[in-house]
Amino acid sequence: MKEISELELPDDLRYAEDHEWAEMEGDQVKVGVSDYAQDQLGDIVFVELPQVGDTFSKGDEFGTVESVKAVAELYMPIGGEITAVNNALEDSPEWLNKSPYQDGWIIKVKPKDPSEIDALMTKTSYVEMLKGLQ
Amino acid sequence: MRYLPHTSEEINSMLDAVGANSLDALFSTVPENCRRTGDPCLPEPLTEWALNDHMEVLSRSMGVPPGYKVFVGAGSYDHCIPHALSHLLSRSEFVTSYTPYQPEMSQGTLQAIYEYQTLTCRLLGMEVSNASLYDGASALAEALLMAARITRAKKVAISSLIHPHYRQVVRTYFAPTGFELVELPRLQDGRTDLSPLEETEGLAALAVQSPNFFGCVEDLYAAAQEAHQKDALLVTAFTEPLAYGLLKNPGSLGADLACGEAQSLGIPESFGGPGLGMFATKMKFVRNMPGRLVGQTVDMDGRRGFVLTLATREQHIRREKATSNICTNNSLCALAAAMYMASLGRTGIRELARLNRDKTEYLKKGLLDAGFEIPFDSPTFNEFVAAFPSESGKVYQRLLEKKIVAGLPLAPYYPDLADHYLFCVTETKTRDDLDALIKEMTS
Repeated sequence: MKEISELELPDDLRYAEDHEWAEMEGDQVKVGVSDYAQDQLGDIVFVELPQVGDTFSKGDEFGTVESVKAVAELYMPIGGEITAVNNALEDSPEWLNKSPYQDGWIIKVKPKDPSEIDALMTKTSYVEMLKGLQ
Repeated sequence: MRYLPHTSEEINSMLDAVGANSLDALFSTVPENCRRTGDPCLPEPLTEWALNDHMEVLSRSMGVPPGYKVFVGAGSYDHCIPHALSHLLSRSEFVTSYTPYQPEMSQGTLQAIYEYQTLTCRLLGMEVSNASLYDGASALAEALLMAARITRAKKVAISSLIHPHYRQVVRTYFAPTGFELVELPRLQDGRTDLSPLEETEGLAALAVQSPNFFGCVEDLYAAAQEAHQKDALLVTAFTEPLAYGLLKNPGSLGADLACGEAQSLGIPESFGGPGLGMFATKMKFVRNMPGRLVGQTVDMDGRRGFVLTLATREQHIRREKATSNICTNNSLCALAAAMYMASLGRTGIRELARLNRDKTEYLKKGLLDAGFEIPFDSPTFNEFVAAFPSESGKVYQRLLEKKIVAGLPLAPYYPDLADHYLFCVTETKTRDDLDALIKEMTS
């Protein structure tokens, strides 16, 4: 597994305690899991996605990621309505490992309260949190 | 593996190892109000010979073959079990083996389960079978919960011609879920009335049994059309899988889940258990399936091998998010079913099914000719309903005194069917048995 210094953690993203990342894209928020999460899970074999139109609050479970050794729940880093899901993951869940921030995005959300994104961690505080986990 | 009780010495040394000074101290973490206190009110122990006598007396108090001619199925069927099965099943490799977590130690058990799954898929016409569940009733309840998970709908339509006990188990499973159960009435011909579905919205599953509790063959194709039009899944249940030796199987008629009781396939009736819950579905639903699953793979040298697979659905990994709290299978019974299916083979199962159907038709015709009413005119397999002249069970009682069990009285399950009896004929009944039954009933 990667050392913290080896993790790829883009500066312009926000991070949640459950290792999801969130990125503002116009009036929508794109969500995926961090390099740390995919690295900890190992080879991902299945992603269970929500349906477009579902609405969730911040912290709600919206799907699951299954690797060869574990299953992890996915939690909303921000509340709102699902506007898109990355259907490519159904056939190619390995994008989560190969490209967690580009091809491996999971959902797009229209946030109910866009200011919720400010409550998420910056890269610096996320790295601090990861150090605390070790 | 030997089954020897622990000596007090062994118990004490184990207690020492964990630092408890008595068995009571060991269980002290169990809350007090969950522990039994006081006398369990059990009778004194018996010697081996006294116990054998006691069991013999008990068994004589029941109307069972060969002392009685029993014409009852209704979920438990008297079929001939090839002697090879009892011999093979008693082998210690099968009898004593436990859950095969370690593939490097358990290739035999895993392969046996894989063969069971393969034969189950072929019999039911489905794409994937699990390693088995406990019995037909819990398999049906699990199937309906699975359909609700897949469709994210909360309403289930269930035929009133599904075995009454199965419906009771489903109601028990569903009671704490908040899901709605709608029971579908029956038609004059002894099949399920699907017309109430037209008014039903938000349906997760339609469940029908074929052959149903009255022995009638349901129109599964029409049921599948109806279910799929409503974006619901078709769950087909069965109590007599031997029927699929002759009838079109559920998969070929559009079933999304096929489940039921497979006691019929080489497992003795044994006063009602253990049974075998068969459970099969389509590959696209596999991640929502409950229970164990064995898959085929290759080892590092490329040789064929077998492992438990997709275990991330299961309770020991997914905890409370598991697809089911069933984290095991009924392996020895599944093995019996696999041996049974393999012993008979495709043509054997077909011939045996035909024999069951033909003998049943013989009795049905005999009763019709003797003036009995056969109220439901749908095709049947090895069970059918006959109505007796209204005289509150006198014929039934008279035959019982002659050691003939003339069907199952339906009134306790369907109060509007007083004097109606569900008959079953399997290969174990001879023409003489059937002629004697007809003669006694008409005398």
